[in-house]
Amino acid sequence: MGTLWFWIVAVMLVAYVVLDGFDIGAGIVYLFVARTEEERQQAMRSIGPFWDGNEVWLLAAGGTLFFAFPLLYASAFSGFYLPLMIVLWLLILRALSIELRGHSAEPLWRTFFDALFTFSSSLLAIFYGAALANVVRGVPIGPDDYFFLPLWTNWKPGPHPGILDWYTVTGGILALVALAVHGALYLALKTEVDLEQRARNFARNATPVLLVLTLAGLPLTVLARPHSLDSYIAHPILFVIPCAVLASLAVVFLATRGRSPLTAFLGSSAYLSTMMVGAVVGLFPVLLPTVGTAGRDITISLALAGPHTLHVGLVWWTLGILLAIMYFVIIHWLFRGKVPRHADGYGH
Amino acid sequence: MDALSLHRIHFAFTVTYHYLFPQLTMGLALLIVVLKSLALKTRDAKYDVAARFWARIFAVNFLLGVVTGIPMEFQFGTNWSEFSRRTGGVIGMPLAMEGIFSFFLESAFLGLFLFGEKRLSRWMHWTSAFLVFLGSWISGFFIIVTDAWMQHPVAYRILPGGVFEVGSFWGLMLNPWAWLQYAHNMCGSVVTASFVMASVGALYLLLRRDEVYGRMFIKLGVVAGVLSCILQIFPTGDLHGKYMAKHQPAAVAGMEGLFNSERGAPLVLMGQPDIEAQKIDNPIVVNKVLSFLIYGTTAAEVEGLDQIPRDQWPTALPLLYYSYHIMAGLGTYFVLLMAVAAFLLWRGKLFTARWILWPILLSFPLPYIANTAGWMTAEIGRQPWLVYGLIRTSQGYSTHIDASTSLFSLLGFLGLYAVLSILWIVLVYNFIQDGPQAASQDAPVNGSKTA
Ligand code: HDD
Ligand code: HEM
Ligand code: HEM
Repeated sequence: MGTLWFWIVAVMLVAYVVLDGFDIGAGIVYLFVARTEEERQQAMRSIGPFWDGNEVWLLAAGGTLFFAFPLLYASAFSGFYLPLMIVLWLLILRALSIELRGHSAEPLWRTFFDALFTFSSSLLAIFYGAALANVVRGVPIGPDDYFFLPLWTNWKPGPHPGILDWYTVTGGILALVALAVHGALYLALKTEVDLEQRARNFARNATPVLLVLTLAGLPLTVLARPHSLDSYIAHPILFVIPCAVLASLAVVFLATRGRSPLTAFLGSSAYLSTMMVGAVVGLFPVLLPTVGTAGRDITISLALAGPHTLHVGLVWWTLGILLAIMYFVIIHWLFRGKVPRHADGYGH
Repeated sequence: MDALSLHRIHFAFTVTYHYLFPQLTMGLALLIVVLKSLALKTRDAKYDVAARFWARIFAVNFLLGVVTGIPMEFQFGTNWSEFSRRTGGVIGMPLAMEGIFSFFLESAFLGLFLFGEKRLSRWMHWTSAFLVFLGSWISGFFIIVTDAWMQHPVAYRILPGGVFEVGSFWGLMLNPWAWLQYAHNMCGSVVTASFVMASVGALYLLLRRDEVYGRMFIKLGVVAGVLSCILQIFPTGDLHGKYMAKHQPAAVAGMEGLFNSERGAPLVLMGQPDIEAQKIDNPIVVNKVLSFLIYGTTAAEVEGLDQIPRDQWPTALPLLYYSYHIMAGLGTYFVLLMAVAAFLLWRGKLFTARWILWPILLSFPLPYIANTAGWMTAEIGRQPWLVYGLIRTSQGYSTHIDASTSLFSLLGFLGLYAVLSILWIVLVYNFIQDGPQAASQDAPVNGSKTA
């Protein structure tokens, strides 16, 4: 039961990263690839009907985590108090910039909201990457199963880590580049002419950078947390996951050259998914590892909710998620194809 | 200030602010479905125009509801971690169900409703409006189930370590407290939406502009308003109060300012509670009415605070008392105002009776106050318990997050929400100034006006 819920939460988080990843990514590259007013509107319209629904995956994953692993939710959410508050504020600013740009007639304010959009999207990506890296590296859990992390200490992953150290910042930069590529590929898929061209060029040039960062990630992870390869060494078959990561990067690389935007986008979706799965497999069955000696790792069995809760949960969860997938298919199908350049594109 | 107080203020402030938006959107979603249905039935384009106009206002409020709602979901973990650890196995369930069953539905079909009018048939567009309405009402349901479990915990089991889990799924979902609270609360949200719609209608009539729409809005607002205002008091408020008297006597005694148990207890209409002397100063009372309201007979004894150990008294007694009286007082005023307006509507005089259009125009903030006061009554009345009778509020907060950290994020939210409020005012004011026609000329939402 615990393992099942572990994977349920993991899959929901992957769905969040892949889906909200494309609109956050579009936000990161937005200022650079969408230059004219017309292009900016086109870029905004390409994410318009989707971004809010994508964000719901974060809530749904968070809610599921809350009810399946209450201890993990309680410990991690309070321990990561400061970065979570910052993430919340960034989410607010990002949503505002999207909405308000559409309502301002004044080019001055539109420029401001454009900048705010790229700024908040980029910082979000960095924080998400750093957050994942924090979980992989481990946190100093106390004897009562709680912890509290400052934003930074001495920038080293040792026994007194902060949210930010050289390892987690690298994770943040990796996430920034990965989501930028993902978002650029989405724009290339959904938009036309110059914007499409520039987005594709951006993705093509950024893919090698992503490759270098990805390759560097593995040794750095082992350095930051020596145990992170244990699962892999115990079950060598798992090494297919890193191979899949590299294979999906290769797909992205080739497809951006061969002009098949859909393949490229699916490639980067596969890249993000396999990266996350790789990290999660390295943790299993731990949910949040501890550094130092005061407390214990928070494991699946430690954090798991009561048996009846979980049984009932499985029934409605299955039903609910099928419905949710259905809605996603419906809206993506109804808004399929490219967003035309002129204002009467999607809707109105 | 100590950490506990700051965590409480943190949660109370952010949730009160959050609820300013859903209370409008939930009610407005219903009224938009009514407009879309009228458009289908009469094939008259002006109802579609009206629906588009309200959709813009809806969209902005929805967005603010979303961005202020996400912090709520996080705060159970960040500020109330002990509470979350112990009760996550129960309240995590309705919260997760809210995300999965309603937020997905709402957000997907809101996108379709706002961006898809040209791509969809009339029926499909009506359906997407309906599904947005359904999603928002389901969302209200699950959040109330969560809150109701804290007010009146049922269907739970205690596991080792003081951790709770769901004992019976249907027991949790069919908690009588939840259904009473849901009925009363949703009715309150229709009150807010009706007052806002009627108020915009009154504005157009007073300004003598867009009068077709002014009449439509005020008519719909008054009809929905008079119905919901009556239902708000009877039966929903009445039943909820009676159920509370049975299960939370301390809260009711605090709300009513009843320090001593009495047979034939009087209803206090006005007066200030004096905790030291344990009495109401300068009271205006109606004899025996409280006993009658709660038990249906003037002779019944109502339990007062003297029956309750002092450490189980609601902590902020005067605030509880004032909140409740503000809610109930405004409720009475709403019924009067709407009844007069409905009468004039029936006689065909409403649209020209400026003396009533003015109060209708100016009353739109009052339902917000009543709803907020209602929630304050509920939440302060529950004190000192976090989960009634099981967990005290002082046992639930994140002890390792110190007061100044909580103050820091509280100040952050205060600042950001101040900005949100300004933007809300500017946007909604502009929509109302532009008028219903403008909503149809350019993009409903997210399309630039100059495009
Ligand atoms: C337009 C808003 C509005 C109006 C006019 C009223 N209420 Fe109310 N009331 C609410 C909006 C509300 C609310 C915001 O919806 C509350 C807060 C929690 C809840 O479920 O509903 C609430 C709670 C609430 C409670 C429960 C408090 C608790 O759960 O601890 C009672 C007993 C009443 N109300 C009773 C009344 C009575 C007798 C009213 C009429 C005179 C009345 N309400 C008018
Ligand atoms: C929108 C409506 C709501 C308003 C205006 C509101 C208001 C408040 C207020 C004023 C307090 C502070 C009480 C005190 O400390 O004296 C509070 C506390 C709290 N409320 Fe609510 N509340 C609302 C809805 C909810 C819901 C739906 C839940 C649960 C899902 C909830 C859970 C809590 C919790 C956990 C606390 C903190 C603990 C406490 O102080 O009791 N509230 N709320
Ligand atoms: C502790 C209390 C609360 C929490 C944790 C909470 C959580 C949330 C979250 C996360 C969202 C954003 C959903 C999205 O992304 O689409 C949201 C929006 C919403 N909430 Fe709350 N909420 C609380 C109180 C309430 C109350 C008391 C109600 C009504 C009874 C309510 C009704 C809604 C509705 C209808 C929405 C949809 C957005 C809108 O219409 O503005 N919420 N809430």
